[in-house]
Amino acid sequence: MGMRGLLKRASFAIGTIFAAVTINFFLFRVLPGSAITNWARVPNSTPQLQHALAAEFGLDKPKVDQYFLYLNQLVHGNMGVSFTNQQPVLGNLLTALRNTIPLVTIATVIASILGLWTGVLSARRRGSLLDHASTSVAVVLYALPTQWIGLGLLVLLGRYLPSAGMSSVFTFTTPTFWQHQLDIARHMILPCTTLVLTIYGGNTLIIRSALLEIIGEDFILTARAKGLSARTILNSHALRNAVLPIVTLFALSFGSIVAGTILVEIVFTWPGIGSTLYNAVIGRDYPMMQGGFLVITVSVIFFNFLADVLYSRLDPRIRE
Amino acid sequence: MSTPILTQPEASPADVSGRLTALKDLLRERPSVIVGLALLGFFIIVALLGPLIEPYSTAQQSGAVYGPPSLKHWFGLDDGGIDMFSETIQGARISLLVGGAATLVSLLIGGVIGIVAGYFGGILDIILMRITDFFLVIPSLVLMILVAALWGPSVVHVIFVIGLLLWTTTARVIRAQVKSLRERGFVSHARAFGATSGRIIVKHILPHVAPLLIANMILTVANAIFDETTLDFLGLGSASAVTWGTLLEHANDRTAVSYGAWWAFVPPGICIALVIVACYLIGQALEDSLNPRLKVAHISTRFWRIQQEAAEDQQASEHVSRRRARLLPQRK
Repeated sequence: MGMRGLLKRASFAIGTIFAAVTINFFLFRVLPGSAITNWARVPNSTPQLQHALAAEFGLDKPKVDQYFLYLNQLVHGNMGVSFTNQQPVLGNLLTALRNTIPLVTIATVIASILGLWTGVLSARRRGSLLDHASTSVAVVLYALPTQWIGLGLLVLLGRYLPSAGMSSVFTFTTPTFWQHQLDIARHMILPCTTLVLTIYGGNTLIIRSALLEIIGEDFILTARAKGLSARTILNSHALRNAVLPIVTLFALSFGSIVAGTILVEIVFTWPGIGSTLYNAVIGRDYPMMQGGFLVITVSVIFFNFLADVLYSRLDPRIRE
Repeated sequence: MSTPILTQPEASPADVSGRLTALKDLLRERPSVIVGLALLGFFIIVALLGPLIEPYSTAQQSGAVYGPPSLKHWFGLDDGGIDMFSETIQGARISLLVGGAATLVSLLIGGVIGIVAGYFGGILDIILMRITDFFLVIPSLVLMILVAALWGPSVVHVIFVIGLLLWTTTARVIRAQVKSLRERGFVSHARAFGATSGRIIVKHILPHVAPLLIANMILTVANAIFDETTLDFLGLGSASAVTWGTLLEHANDRTAVSYGAWWAFVPPGICIALVIVACYLIGQALEDSLNPRLKVAHISTRFWRIQQEAAEDQQASEHVSRRRARLLPQRK
């Protein structure tokens, strides 16, 4: 991809972030019934805090001024102060994000490898018993709600594995670094498994259908006519081309991974970005809700941009 | 140009019998559609009958707290000693209602945007597709949570929140289809006879887009029910309504797990899964029949057959495959 294409995609990503920021502002400041009017529903609020915030954000100024003030504050990393723990929102969110990233990364990698494996296998043996079995399992997993899978695993395995939180504080008085990591890993097994099961179903189905679509192309017929073996065709003709839709799939599944993560974190009380957002919603912690939406949206847009760049690197046809 | 089963290329829109045969072909070729229709029909009937077939009232206790499934209480009892079987039946009503209504909202928005962008093209197309891309990229569920939380919990709010954020794939697919339809002979003939744009859209474009719209609608219902379940699970639906989502929420919030009361969440979860599977079976089969390319397989010798050599409209098929990638991961 040339410099121009890169710039075009980057400007779309930035434009999207800008639009998300604007929607965020609009939702919280312009619609009636915003943060300040619902004050009575906010726990731990004091008139002092209210005045401090009103002055800090300039809530007495006209909406347009408020908008630019909000943008200005945001650029400087100021997302306000959480109503519930009265700490800066950005700090809270970054801590939560640090807990979410390992969970999501590990689950995504496992689910992708598994999905690729079974997806290719069932596309190759289309119509076989294996294909039917794999597709059925995938459809069922795809259809089951994430929170349901989580609850089911809790009832089945909650006795043997840690079922809540990220670490057991009371197991060791002074845990060593590795003891602590091992403890976190043990706590991660159930939420991670739930997330893997959630993502896996869709992955398999899409990889299978992407491959099937490629297999119908004329160049595969040509390859067969040349007398190449099915294995060679699959590995060096079909799979290489199927990479494109698969990359698209990855880019577009970030949104659903986010959704799955929120549910998994709630069921297993994992202190990540999802349960932070949930607690903010429950406690009507408006600055945290606003910040949480922004952080999640910006990271999804960022990964989408990465996938877009990767996509055009892989596909010479759209390199312009 | 492709020749999908459900849309005869130059057939007149009123060709109902042709369409019926196409439907029969579809049913014969894919028995899974019958399974899907039966499942969906079953749940719709259950939802409609609702109060008539609920064995107990869901307003009062009818047995022990977290009583296990028995002959008297098929699905056991929940944390308030309320019959789970009755609650699951009642849940079907609101869950399906919300799923269906939200789908209609999203279909209306997505259909109008897709047709307008595809038919008129130009700057209007660019602007509308930019907006669509924006909503496609941002994590819609998070925005749904935010709007539902600010708007306040209510069934109607949930319907609109989901409908207003779920239309993107519909708009994209319909636009691609309309764009290729626009170039066909019958549209330019109609224009040559002096038909207005409105008339062409209603009389000539819409009937050809309808099968795709229906396939899309059915897949959208699945997404809408997922989103509804999630919002209810987060306590953003109506507090008083019994839905499959709120049943899951109560199981999670009210210690069903530490009681080991699996019956408090297994039935609604299975119901959700069955409805989603039904939608998936119908929608996928419809969509596959609209995309004949998928039937051709040059690699597996067991299924060595080329049904129709369809010189595909490259752009339309690309959109279908991209959309395929988009549709599934929307799951929550």
